[in-house]
Amino acid sequence: MFIELGHFALILAFAIALAQTLVPLVGAHMGWRRWMAAAEPMASTQFLLTAFSFAALTWAFVTSDFSVQLVVSNSHTAKPMIYKISGVWGNHEGSMLLWVLILTLFGACASWFGGNLPESLRARVLGVQSSIAAAFMAFTLFTSNPFARTANPPFDGRDLNPLLQDPGLALHPPFLYLGYVGLSLAFSFAVAALIEGRVDAAWGRWVRPWTLAAWVFLTIGIALGSWWAYYELGWGGFWFWDPVENASFMPWLFAAALLHSSIVVEKREALKSWTILLAILAFGFSLIGTFIVRSGLLTSVHAFAMDPDRGVFILYIMAFFMGGALTLFAVRAGAMEAKGVFSTVSRESALVLNNVLLAVSSFVVFVGTMWPLFAEMLFDRVLSVGPPFFNMAFSPFFVALAAILPIGAMLPWKRGDLRKTMRPLWPILVFSMAAGALVWAMQTGRSALGPVGVLLGLWVVLGSAADLWARTGRGAITNRLRRLTRLPRADWGKATAHAGLGVTVFAVAGLVGWEQEDIRVVQIGEAYSFGGYEITLRDVRDVEGPNYLSTMGFMDVERNGRLVSTLTPEKRIYPVAGMPTTEAGIKYRFLHDVYLVLGDPQQGGGWAVRSYIKPFANWLWAGCAIMALGGLLSLSDRRFRVAAGARRRRPEDGSEVAAQ
Amino acid sequence: MMAIRSILIACALLIGAALHAGPQPDELLDDPALEERARALSGDLRCLVCRNESIDDSGADLARDMRMVVRERLVEGDSDDEVLAYMVERYGEFVLLRPTTQGINMVLWVAAPTMFIVALGAALLYLRRRERASSAEIGAELSPDEQARLRDLMRD
Repeated sequence: MFIELGHFALILAFAIALAQTLVPLVGAHMGWRRWMAAAEPMASTQFLLTAFSFAALTWAFVTSDFSVQLVVSNSHTAKPMIYKISGVWGNHEGSMLLWVLILTLFGACASWFGGNLPESLRARVLGVQSSIAAAFMAFTLFTSNPFARTANPPFDGRDLNPLLQDPGLALHPPFLYLGYVGLSLAFSFAVAALIEGRVDAAWGRWVRPWTLAAWVFLTIGIALGSWWAYYELGWGGFWFWDPVENASFMPWLFAAALLHSSIVVEKREALKSWTILLAILAFGFSLIGTFIVRSGLLTSVHAFAMDPDRGVFILYIMAFFMGGALTLFAVRAGAMEAKGVFSTVSRESALVLNNVLLAVSSFVVFVGTMWPLFAEMLFDRVLSVGPPFFNMAFSPFFVALAAILPIGAMLPWKRGDLRKTMRPLWPILVFSMAAGALVWAMQTGRSALGPVGVLLGLWVVLGSAADLWARTGRGAITNRLRRLTRLPRADWGKATAHAGLGVTVFAVAGLVGWEQEDIRVVQIGEAYSFGGYEITLRDVRDVEGPNYLSTMGFMDVERNGRLVSTLTPEKRIYPVAGMPTTEAGIKYRFLHDVYLVLGDPQQGGGWAVRSYIKPFANWLWAGCAIMALGGLLSLSDRRFRVAAGARRRRPEDGSEVAAQ
Repeated sequence: MMAIRSILIACALLIGAALHAGPQPDELLDDPALEERARALSGDLRCLVCRNESIDDSGADLARDMRMVVRERLVEGDSDDEVLAYMVERYGEFVLLRPTTQGINMVLWVAAPTMFIVALGAALLYLRRRERASSAEIGAELSPDEQARLRDLMRD
């Protein structure tokens, strides 16, 4: 009964979404205020109905209602509660419903917090947003109905894919979708602005927080996925350049570019048409990502719906929204004239360079991901494009980005002087290079990766600190320290996010460059030394979990005769899904992780054991967390400013003048 | 219980391809230099039955066989390129995770640098235009009304 109500609520939401597409757009075109105003209650109702529908499906999972086909295929009574809930989106149909829920949530947010938008712009944004929701509701209802009942309910379900039964992966999709779908709002703003034919500073200010929020969510979502791969897949890889990973990485890169270019629109009223184009493309790449995951066209580790019909449907959605938006762009972009003027050496130019590098690196990922498809369809060559290509083709652009970041971040708006900007940065550059050279001399291997990581990491992190320090103006140190605490949160957010990027770049280089590996057969009771540790395999025992059987190794890790930790690497089997997984034994430490994997029992006795030292692994996730934190700081500042109105804006502008 | 358990384990091993594993202790070569080359080569070769995994990361039986072939060739004195050529001959171009630069693949390799140069050129052109507008400083001193009038005049 509840399930049917949920299904019905989604159908109602679909009807409202259609109405909400037409009414406000017509109203805005004709200047009918009532029609425009109708968008707001519709946006809220649409969200509430979808939320109810989602709650109904969740209820079915929580109560293990095996008369629902989706619950049968993806749940089991013995499963812990958290995975019963995450099972809702651990499959194609349910995740589409989550996607739609988030779409309507963002639409509702735009109506709740959009009070100071011009009437017609708000109506158009809500209308466009609702048209996207309608398209995906149609997709869910017509091709992937999560509410389908089954004629013969079984006693128990077939369980969720065991790889997905993990706290990190339980949260990974919701964050990723919040990111993907958050970009839909930037898209709606862009299309609405094109229909209006006007883009001004206010538009930039309006788009930025939504893009920032989407970017923060994407950052967290990608980091969670990468962390999951690190501890779950059994050898500590964190990024595979898999089509599905690329599908989330491209929107992240575009969101980062959009974030920076909308600053130029807001502060300087330049780069308008480029920013509009970026907003369209960022969401376009979210759709491409959805298409890649759902169509199974590019098979990969986690594509769940290998159904060509669904792929074709999404292709239509993509063609409609991208085709429509880009055509509109081609017709209207000429009308967006730039106001702000600036010289070649300026913050604006640095941000243009930032955009060029981010867009090109995203393009590299796109070409590499799609190339096997092109090559097979057009040239009849079956080939692979794997990590070696991406590492080689992508890295130079990101190195360049990190190299220009501290300089660009400190250049003044409008007209800069490179010599003056570089003055506080020279010592940092020299110090970073010296540190890099020292590390190069000290390390045993020949790889340049680690030293370059040290150089870039220090340069970006210290550069961000210098940026913040420079904003405190001149005077006594105590005064400057006091001013540091009073800097706007946006400044702190910027420096924090940039420093987070520096930490991430360093960690990636360190992890890849200095990893140590050891593969051997170990008898029970035997000890071996590796990476400065004494490791003993004490025992291997069979252990029963709530819904799995485990072969668990007990391994003592000692350093200088002192026990650091007892790790329990496992091999698990989930009988219902009939699938094995590995659970590595990981001791997370500040400078490196000790990472142990239990392999197969050997014929001559003993067990295959792999041991790894993973340097700076924690720093990688910490770097992503710092980036996200920077975004949140900046976001909290914006809300404050929007709430406090113009009064607060003036002193901040003043401080910017003083800093120059 | 144990019987059920061993059946389950046997079933699980059949579909063990889902597990990442990589080279087993018995596969490793005694010569560390040769072994290092074998690992590097394995990272560039695709496991054909897996989804997007190199044979160095895969737990599939085929990946194990392919790792053994690589090591055999190395022990027989093949150079890295000869090993790769041998693998391509045996399994097709699909096996290479690092695509070649032959034929149309050249497009893949030059796409990014070309795009970068084009984008940089476009950006420079744009900046040059902004700079010229900047040196003229038109519009900066005008009130909104005057700017609107100027726009009207320019349109005619």
